[in-house]
Amino acid sequence: MIDSQFTPEAAGAIPGPDWLARRRVAAAEQVAASAMPSVEEELWRYTPIGQLDLGRYQLATDAGAQSPTPIPGHCAIADTSNGWLCGMELALETAAQGVEVRPLGESDAELAASVDVDLFAVMNAAFSVEPVLVRVPPGVSVEGPIVVRHWIDAEGAAVFPRLIVDAGADSSVEVLELYGSADVAAFVSPVVEIRVASAARVGYLAMQDLGPKVWHIGSQVSHIGSQAHMRASTAALGGGYARMRLDTHLSGRGATGDLISLYFGDGDQTLDFRTFQDHAAPDTTSSLLFKGAVDDSSRSVYTGLIRVRPEARGTNAYQTNRNIKLSEDAWAESVPNLEIENNEVHCSHASAVGPIDGEQLFYLESRGVPTETAERLIVTGFFDEVLDQFPVLEAVPAVRDRLHSKIEGFSHHHAIERNGSGA
Amino acid sequence: MVLNGVNLRVGSGEVHAVMGPNGSGKSTLAYAIMGRPGYEVTAGSIGLNGVDLVDLSPWERAHAGLFSTQQYPTEVPGVGLEIMLEEAVAAVGGDRSAVEAQVAAEADLVGFDVELLYRSLNVDLSGGEMKRSEAVQLGVLRPRIAILDELDSGLDVDALAAVSHRIEQATHQDDLGVLAITHFSRLLTVLHADVVHVLIDGVIRETGGPELAAQLEETGYDPWIDDRSVAPVEIHLGGDPWL
Repeated sequence: MIDSQFTPEAAGAIPGPDWLARRRVAAAEQVAASAMPSVEEELWRYTPIGQLDLGRYQLATDAGAQSPTPIPGHCAIADTSNGWLCGMELALETAAQGVEVRPLGESDAELAASVDVDLFAVMNAAFSVEPVLVRVPPGVSVEGPIVVRHWIDAEGAAVFPRLIVDAGADSSVEVLELYGSADVAAFVSPVVEIRVASAARVGYLAMQDLGPKVWHIGSQVSHIGSQAHMRASTAALGGGYARMRLDTHLSGRGATGDLISLYFGDGDQTLDFRTFQDHAAPDTTSSLLFKGAVDDSSRSVYTGLIRVRPEARGTNAYQTNRNIKLSEDAWAESVPNLEIENNEVHCSHASAVGPIDGEQLFYLESRGVPTETAERLIVTGFFDEVLDQFPVLEAVPAVRDRLHSKIEGFSHHHAIERNGSGA
Repeated sequence: MVLNGVNLRVGSGEVHAVMGPNGSGKSTLAYAIMGRPGYEVTAGSIGLNGVDLVDLSPWERAHAGLFSTQQYPTEVPGVGLEIMLEEAVAAVGGDRSAVEAQVAAEADLVGFDVELLYRSLNVDLSGGEMKRSEAVQLGVLRPRIAILDELDSGLDVDALAAVSHRIEQATHQDDLGVLAITHFSRLLTVLHADVVHVLIDGVIRETGGPELAAQLEETGYDPWIDDRSVAPVEIHLGGDPWL
């Protein structure tokens, strides 16, 4: 039993359309009847889930400040603060194309279908105070990214951002989601639903840069239709314990999904990814590349499953997870898995955990590049392969800057460790 | 592989060749001089212009004026030639803003396609392109001593000629001293050695002039193969020519 203030009554009191209120209450009843997950379950192995005390968090009643991160070139922007919508802009020409960026309304009841993959996704269904819908009509190509920025600055806030991206047939759109916070303790549990109709093209990038006292437990569920293409990326940089579960369903014949992510842990962060590449139709392709680094006493977990269903002949599925361990005390776990029920497939997986490559280090050092600088160049270069493939080009400089500042921090304290004093 | 008797004195502007069969310690010699991790100097000395290199890290040896080319240069994904050279130049107080133009000029000298400058170091390069890239690095860094490990392996004739020419030019213009480690005398037809050493079982068995390479062509290494003598390791690099 979840013994907390997250009750069906509390869910029913959140304003919104009737269908949504009904779904909230039903979800909250499910939450109330559920037990917290435990590390005994495979999907929660290696996590500090036993230390999560939901009783310390409550729904924020007000919006606070707005995200300070500017993104150039956007055609639409929605801001939430402590879970509440506090700003919304849509370029006139984009609106004229029929593109919608808005909170859910009475007419959206068909979106009630549940995609909740775990208890926290169910909590999100119950307590997401203002889900945001991005809808692109069939055949429409959207110029410039649609940006959804989440900012949290209320101490003890429980925030459940929910974003639904609904890309019509043969449409094309890029969506950027930013998660940031002040230095507060908070519980952030987002859900992202991405529906890519046939022959549509969707780029999605999430930049997670929450403060170190924030728990982040999220899920992303995407359905890719026939001949459609999705590239979904995450840059996980912040959070104390920060987890994303990514379920990618290749549902239509010829669907393609690229999953390209990076993470960098330092301090005592734990960054956790659980991925599912579900091939449910013939001639589908998925390629996953996750690269991470862990410094200090941080930890990372990657577990991934490629599932090829009997009907999915002609599947191509790839999964690569590479990790650099930057300190003795850091720890990275990498567990790739395949479950293949059709013989006409090409699947591969690769995973690696290790320190900075000694041969690469020697090469740069033998040219006169000091050790700390050489390490910084190598780690930066390691992530370039990921950054080069990110969607939403307008956001890549912001991700790169933040990543590089974390790499600088690593390089700087290694210099201090080697040379004795930082003075 | 253990080196036991290597007495080498490579003066500025001189080209020395170390020749030996497979497993004779040639690469070990190159790595030990450059300070590759895993190659420990338990006895003996390696000096450059009077600076003892043994306790220095590889980058400190580079700052002392040492440069080495690898037989199979390591791929460094995501790190470009120019940024590496900028960091190397900045680390010795040089002007990093001058590097771009120097790289362009050096690339021109050895026929290195400037388009390749945008690739990661040694990634997706042919053998010839890699060695041309290393010649560009040598040209920008202007070391005092270059250790060339099997420079001619995997290299086409044109690339070998271009790279060898640039190195010989550096011996004349910048008094670069060269220690060329090679399996075949083919290299010495384009890179002209002043001194040839024969390395077998980690020991230099014979030192002579260019005629020694010609003799090796005829006899192979057999004349030295039964020699079991050992001697201390003393390597002196740079300084006045001793020839």
